[in-house]
Amino acid sequence: MRMRGTAALAALVLSTITAGAQGTKPNDAQIAHIAYTAGQIDIKAAELALQKSHNKEVRAFAEDMMRDHKAVNDKALALVKKLNVTPQDNDTSKGLVKQADEKEASLKKLNGAAFDKAYAENEVGFHKTVNGALESTLIPSASNPDLKDLLRTGLKIFQGHEQHAEHVVQALK
Amino acid sequence: MRWLRKGRPLRLAWLLGLAACPVSSAVAETIQIRVEDLGFVPAQVSAHVGDTVEWVSRDFVAHTATARDGRWDVAIPADGKGRITLTRAGAVAYYCRYHPGMIGSISITAPP
Ligand SMILES: [Cu+2]
Repeated sequence: MRMRGTAALAALVLSTITAGAQGTKPNDAQIAHIAYTAGQIDIKAAELALQKSHNKEVRAFAEDMMRDHKAVNDKALALVKKLNVTPQDNDTSKGLVKQADEKEASLKKLNGAAFDKAYAENEVGFHKTVNGALESTLIPSASNPDLKDLLRTGLKIFQGHEQHAEHVVQALK
Repeated sequence: MRWLRKGRPLRLAWLLGLAACPVSSAVAETIQIRVEDLGFVPAQVSAHVGDTVEWVSRDFVAHTATARDGRWDVAIPADGKGRITLTRAGAVAYYCRYHPGMIGSISITAPP
């Protein structure tokens, strides 16, 4: 059940990302917005975890997510400003937000160990999805070299998050 | 007290009362480790008791250099520096608490 849930979410978001591109490459303004939106989603999830969780490991992980995603998004904002690009809302970013809102609603209903487990598992799935999108679509499609660089660094950071989240899932068992 | 003027690391060590080494060995060095692209470069260094290790980060995310045996936990701010003066010999493995995939080690021996 649990694996199906995570896999289903990943599939949904991935298809959203692919469908969002509609066969054409997303442009830099769209890519910047997708990456930024993904970061905001994870920050929001971390805020929820810090409100709800009493688990030391989960809280430390959530704090790491807040710190890193904030740093990446600050960098992204500075870059779009420098490049004079206006981030463009698009089907992919809208899809991400919709998925995240649904997930947030279901997480809010959980408490204690059930919340910790669901949050940590969702973090694994979410980072897998975002990392997959970065690797397969966003990085190859980015045309500005600074944006490409930032996305590459982001991928490296988020791959660490994925491993860290997997570790938290194991530790909660 | 000529050695007191030999630079900040020594002065810092002295101020903190950590200068456990005899004055005759006041040839303490500062060893720099770069922190870039989520890695410690070089990942392995050798040092002597009394030396200062300084991590200089060019990353825009914060890191730590945290000894696995608990002897220190150094904060390395984004685009900033963190440092520690080595007070005990030993092989110290360390990692970043925020990004546990970042690992390094320092082999610390008695002063020459
Ligand atoms: Cu780190």
